[in-house]
Formats: sequence, C-alpha cells, structure tokens
Amino acid sequence: MVKFEYLKETPSQTAGPYLHIGCTPNFIGNDGIYARDLGSSMVAEGAKGERIVVSGRIFDGAGATIKDAMVEIWQADADGLYNSPEEPRGDADPRFTGWGRQPVDMETGVFQFETIKPGQVPFPDGRMQAPHISLWIVARGINLGLNTRLYFADEDEANAVDPVLQRIEHKHRIQTLIAGKIDGGYALDIYLQGDNETVFFDI
Amino acid sequence: MTQHDGAYFPRDRNWHPKLLTPDYKTSVLRSPQKPLISFGNSLSETTGPVFGHNDLGELDSDLIQNYARSGESALGERIIVHGRVLDESGRPVPQVLIEVWQANAGGRYRHKKDGYLAPLDPNFGGCGRALSDDNGYYAFRTIKPGPYPWPNGVNDWRPAHIHFSLFGSGFAQRLITQMYFEGDPHIALCPIVNTIKDPQAIDMLTAKLDMNNTIPMNARAYRFDLVLRGRRSTLFENRLEGN
Repeated sequence: MVKFEYLKETPSQTAGPYLHIGCTPNFIGNDGIYARDLGSSMVAEGAKGERIVVSGRIFDGAGATIKDAMVEIWQADADGLYNSPEEPRGDADPRFTGWGRQPVDMETGVFQFETIKPGQVPFPDGRMQAPHISLWIVARGINLGLNTRLYFADEDEANAVDPVLQRIEHKHRIQTLIAGKIDGGYALDIYLQGDNETVFFDI
Repeated sequence: MTQHDGAYFPRDRNWHPKLLTPDYKTSVLRSPQKPLISFGNSLSETTGPVFGHNDLGELDSDLIQNYARSGESALGERIIVHGRVLDESGRPVPQVLIEVWQANAGGRYRHKKDGYLAPLDPNFGGCGRALSDDNGYYAFRTIKPGPYPWPNGVNDWRPAHIHFSLFGSGFAQRLITQMYFEGDPHIALCPIVNTIKDPQAIDMLTAKLDMNNTIPMNARAYRFDLVLRGRRSTLFENRLEGN
C-alpha cells in the first residue's frame, strides 16, 4: 500500500469580537501602528469600469443585525481579470486591487465597499460565470469563515446560465445572492440562519 | 495555463469546528442551518490578493515596540512566536501575509468594546503582521497575553491566545484561527477550543515552548507552524478540445 503523506489544514477558530484590533485597527481608533487599514481602498484614480457602491447588513437567526462582523470581498476587474499572480489569462487593471475588507458599522451594522462592477470570469469547463463578487464573512460566533457570492439584479440573462447558481437545487434560494439595484450601486442583506437564509458555499 | 491552476483540496469540515457548537453560545444564532452548496474551484477561488513588503512597516512584526512610547516597551513575558507556513502537501508557502492580534499581559484588549477591569498597557497596541519568507518562515516578537473572562458560562475564561489571520495564494485558502500556549490548563476547559472535536487538531493550535530559539536574557520562544489548504495538479482538467 502506498501511504500518502499529507498534513492537515490548521483548524479554524472564530475571529472573535475584537477582530478590528488586528485587521482594521485604524477603524477603532488604534492608529499610529499601520498607516492605513489594508483593503480599505480598492479603486485608484483612472481605474477602468463602472464605479459602484456595494452595501448590506448581516442578520442572525433571531433577526438582529450583527454589529461586530467583518466582510472581505474578492472580485475581477471590469474586463473579468483577477489582480493575482494566479491569474493565467493576462494582467488585470493595475488601478484596481480586486480585494476589499470592511468591518460592519458598529452602530448600524452596515458594510460598504466602493468598487467597480466586475466583468465575467470563466468556469473551469469553459462556460462563463455571471458577474459576481466573492464574499468572506467572519465574526464572533462564526467558527469558520462563511463564503458566499453577490450577483447583480440587472444581469438576469447571465445569472440564468451561471454555473454556480445552477448548482443550487432549491431555485427559490438563488434570490438570496442577488443584490438589488439602489441609488449609486447595489445592496444585499445576508441572513445567516432561518427562512430567508443566504446560500453559503463550500469552496 | 500555468501549473498552478489546480483546485484546492476540499476542506475537512469534521476536522474544522462545525458551525453550530451550542456550548459556544453565540454560534447558535450565527450558524447557517441549511447545507453548504459545493462546487469545483474556478478562478474566483484559486486567485487571491497578494501583499508585499511595501504594505508593511518596519516595526509591524514587533508588538513589544510598535505601539510603545519612545524609550519604553510593553509589559509582560517577552516571547518570540515563530514557525513555518506550509500547505497540506508539506510545501512551504512563501510571501503569505500573517496578521495577529491579542490582549495584553493582563488579558485586556485595546478595543472600545472590551470593558474588562484589568488595565490597558500604554505601550501595547496588540496588533502585528508579517510576511513569510521564501521558505515559509515567519516570526513575531510580543508579550505573552493573559487569560480573560468572557460572558458565555458564568465563569468562563479564555486560555492565553493570539489570533492569527492568514492569506494564501487563493481566496479559498483564507483562514482565521487562534494560537494557544503549551501547558495552559484553560485549553481543556474552553468552549471555543472545544468547538474542535479532534484532540490532534487542538494540539495543532497549541504552540510549543522552543528553548533552542529562545534568546538568553531576552525573550523565550514558542514555535507555531501553520498549514494552509493544498492544491491538486491539473493533469486531467476538463477543458474544451483545442484549448
């Protein structure tokens, strides 16, 4: 018998209620250590594409807004290219990082990203995915970061043939991933638990 | 196509803590009840942000000094926390960003929501970050954090711990965890530690005293290795004829 030697992944633990200290210290007034909070700005002057604001709130299973979560997003640029060395198809727009990190507001629970609308990215089988933003949510009470996606309400045609959305057997749940168009951008509320529970992914 | 575009090994979600772990009370209303939807990695998951030395300041990995007033330093047990970042195939993961945060020596966090009566240390901020080197090595200098009480059970105390946040090369490797200290009797009592069921997984989060790397008359060392998801090779990836 061949014995395969693999290590186990370091197990996750909750980010806890004080994640701002390490991830967004300036946000809580712990300034003077880092010049700026990483991920607080994604778009530089002259970036290609449509500038949008993506916002939302996160609700727990009792319908309360979560005030201590942090959201990270990862997305392609306006041409559908990722600003990553792992992107094999070409160079993404250097004026757009593709990665953002925002804590929710500690009073209102709203998270907000100033970004650009992403282009389309292929699935491994060659089909095109609808424009989307990948989200990663951590907070007190969440033992392993939650992965979900944000799609756009004004991309009906692309959404209808998106290979990931098609994996969702219960079609009525797809709408939990579709951000509505609002003034200046898109909004998506996230429900961790319950009747309107957001679809989360094992990626 | 490069040799790197293989999908990540699936996460072993029985090794990680489950999302619903009622003894850690906050998880009860913050855990999804419906099954997670699985799909094979696309570029959206295998790509991810990278960071360079331009993103970091000179003292970022030295928590004893990075918040201290001139000529002063943080109070507490001076330690070096160091180790390697590997993937599940045992390969070093270079240039990965590691962020840490922790309480001070008395168990008090520099956070407006922490009302614990133990005092703040005016010379300790509690955050740091570093990049792993070409061999996956990283190191921080800090003080050993104290245990602190938290409102879960009537008398629950967290073990001394340091929070770790890691980026890999793909967004699907993103990980936040906590490091504990060898020999701490609070480890066995903690509902957050015990969200993990496998004792070997808990042991993996427990840093070991490393006398060989202790600096005499200066700081003790703790060794903490980290493992990120490995990835498959792409020998038989399904793609259209002619691609």
